[in-house]
Amino acid sequence: MKIFRGRRLPIGMTVLMGIALLPGGCWKGTGESRKTLTFWAMGAESEAVRLLIPTFEREHPGIRVSVETLPWKGAHQKLLTAFAGGSTPDLCQLGNTWISEFAAVGALTPLGQMVKASSIVEQSDYFPGIWDTNVIGGALYGVPWYVDTRLLFYRKDLLEKAGFDHPPRTRAEWARQMAAIKAMAGPGRYAVLLPLNEFEPLVSFGLQQSGSMLREGGRYGNFESPGFKRALHFYGSIFRNGWAPLLTDADISNLWAEFAKGYFTFFLSGPWNLSELKANMPANLRNAWASAPLPGPNGPGASIAGGSSLVIFGASHHKKAAWQLIEFLSEPKVQSRFYQLVGDLPPRRTAWENSSLAGDPNASAFRVQLERAKPTPKVPEWQHIATEIGLIGERLAHGELTANQAARELDQRADAILAKRRWILDKKSQPLGKSGPAGHGLHVPPKGLTFCRSLDAG
Amino acid sequence: MNKWYTAWLFLAPALIVLCVFFLVPVLAAFGLSLTDFDLYALADFHNLRFIALDNYLSLLRRPLFWSALRHTLYFVVAGMPLTIFASLGAALLLNSKLARCKSFFRTALFAPVVTTLVAVAVIWRYLFNARFGLVNYVLVSMGIHPVNWLGDPRWAMPTIILFAVWKNFGYNMIIFFAGLQSIPEELYEAARIDGASALAQFRHITLPMLRPTMLLVGILTMAGYFQLFAEPYVITEGGPLQSTVSVLYLMYSDAFKWWNLGVASAEAFVLFLLMFAVTVGFLRLMRRGERV
Repeated sequence: MKIFRGRRLPIGMTVLMGIALLPGGCWKGTGESRKTLTFWAMGAESEAVRLLIPTFEREHPGIRVSVETLPWKGAHQKLLTAFAGGSTPDLCQLGNTWISEFAAVGALTPLGQMVKASSIVEQSDYFPGIWDTNVIGGALYGVPWYVDTRLLFYRKDLLEKAGFDHPPRTRAEWARQMAAIKAMAGPGRYAVLLPLNEFEPLVSFGLQQSGSMLREGGRYGNFESPGFKRALHFYGSIFRNGWAPLLTDADISNLWAEFAKGYFTFFLSGPWNLSELKANMPANLRNAWASAPLPGPNGPGASIAGGSSLVIFGASHHKKAAWQLIEFLSEPKVQSRFYQLVGDLPPRRTAWENSSLAGDPNASAFRVQLERAKPTPKVPEWQHIATEIGLIGERLAHGELTANQAARELDQRADAILAKRRWILDKKSQPLGKSGPAGHGLHVPPKGLTFCRSLDAG
Repeated sequence: MNKWYTAWLFLAPALIVLCVFFLVPVLAAFGLSLTDFDLYALADFHNLRFIALDNYLSLLRRPLFWSALRHTLYFVVAGMPLTIFASLGAALLLNSKLARCKSFFRTALFAPVVTTLVAVAVIWRYLFNARFGLVNYVLVSMGIHPVNWLGDPRWAMPTIILFAVWKNFGYNMIIFFAGLQSIPEELYEAARIDGASALAQFRHITLPMLRPTMLLVGILTMAGYFQLFAEPYVITEGGPLQSTVSVLYLMYSDAFKWWNLGVASAEAFVLFLLMFAVTVGFLRLMRRGERV
């Protein structure tokens, strides 16, 4: 999903992993009664979770877990293909913005009953915004595994040089700081890095507004609302004023080296950069950076409730065993260990309080942000719409569109993408022989007679 | 009667393979292109609608399809002649009597063809990096303003064309080289005796004798270039500003990113028709040239 997530585990850990995998290999032949769970995990998480599995297998001698790695970049597509081909795993790490999509096609098992009966997974201990991303139409389909939200990383020393002793709290203040930094840095250096191929910054700004990005229960786009237009204006102004370079993340070969050089003072990123910056910043700049909650329109604002959840596929024959693995991975103790291994932030408050996170001032910005994290609209088409937001944002940044034009274009595209969803919702809500619910002005032709369907308008 | 039976029996294995792996999938894809098959239909077949030619009609109304078509044509129209010139030039140099170390150069020039596209593409991305790339370093040291090769929508496609030409010319070069070697030496000898210049020899002997080779190379290159996909997929992911989205790339996103298989099948058929038409036109053009 993100190129900047290209994290590596240290060599020592890779060796450890090799050792940890050995017993698994030896056990293979012993018991025929052992169930084998297939668990698909992504990138660095899959490497880290392999180290936790031996403990689980010791505690549950009847279960063997086979962890398979998916690359983040192709994961969404591979999972859909697996579902289409009927070869889904028992359980899987699923980006939480994808849950509604997989739930809508009926690929996932509802977990509500299992959570109710569980003594380990307690809803009240989880950050509410994160938990909510797993609830689709009142039913729970996943248990948060780790959380990811976007906030500001910034160079304290450069900000001080520009005359500010604290990170920005509002957008207006942030804009003043960016202008001052750009004036100080001159051409060839910038105030902020917002890679043009990422939709997360613009979506985060959109989430900070009061209105939702889709309206009428996810039937239409709501990008022409005054709130989202303000977000677009702000995003566009960052590029128009030259505060951010017109670059994609492929153009930044080494984020930390550029950050250390002062090529930009701010960047928006996720929790994995806490450990990356600690490891990669030169010694003289070790204390020159910090993180801060994302500034909103009036004070600290919301941000994306991202991260991954653990889900069980409907086609699994070992749902009980899969749930036992989810419970194991949700134990606060295991989650703290997982954080140490890979740097992913736990979704449970107890896991925060019992780990090294509690004393880390840079992590506390994430804690603050997580309490305010908001889920993106939960429609199966969201990934597609978010991609369009990124593409339109890029055109806005290049000055090809004004904020108003961008909003209109986004609404058109979202409406076209959501056309099939509207048809299905109306079909469901239509009682036999009666017309559909009034009020949204939609004419719904009966199934099989629709010959005119507007597609992607752009 | 018996003879027919035997003939069919012998043809059967080939026909069955053709049917199962070509005809049936193509017909199924055409059927698919008349429906709105998507993720919802995958989950529940009742969500599938027959929409006749609606996919095709909305495709024609879709700006992104037209820009993808424009980018594909740009790539073909600019890339094909460049590839053919480069490969013909290289083949002529290799074939020249003055050339030394022929087998070394033949291997060296052919090497890009056998390298892995993804690996080379990553290296090109470094070479063409706007700030640290070798190419811009050379430009700046010559006093030329650096170019944002992959970040500027005007330059991204030319960079990809350059990459494709470099990657593919070696293959055609080998074909041209074989074609050149099959031209009888006596023709050149006779021409020299008649006092023909090197240029005249090239125009009146080499080019006409290479015509069948040229046709083959032209059609192969064109068919390959219309299916532009891997280069933008690896180097630019369709960006910047979707300036390197080709028809096949669009089809790939619609089909395998968003699972709009109906739409994607329609795109595939439009691309097929286009390639078919262009190939027929190309063949006609060459044949007419032959008669003159």
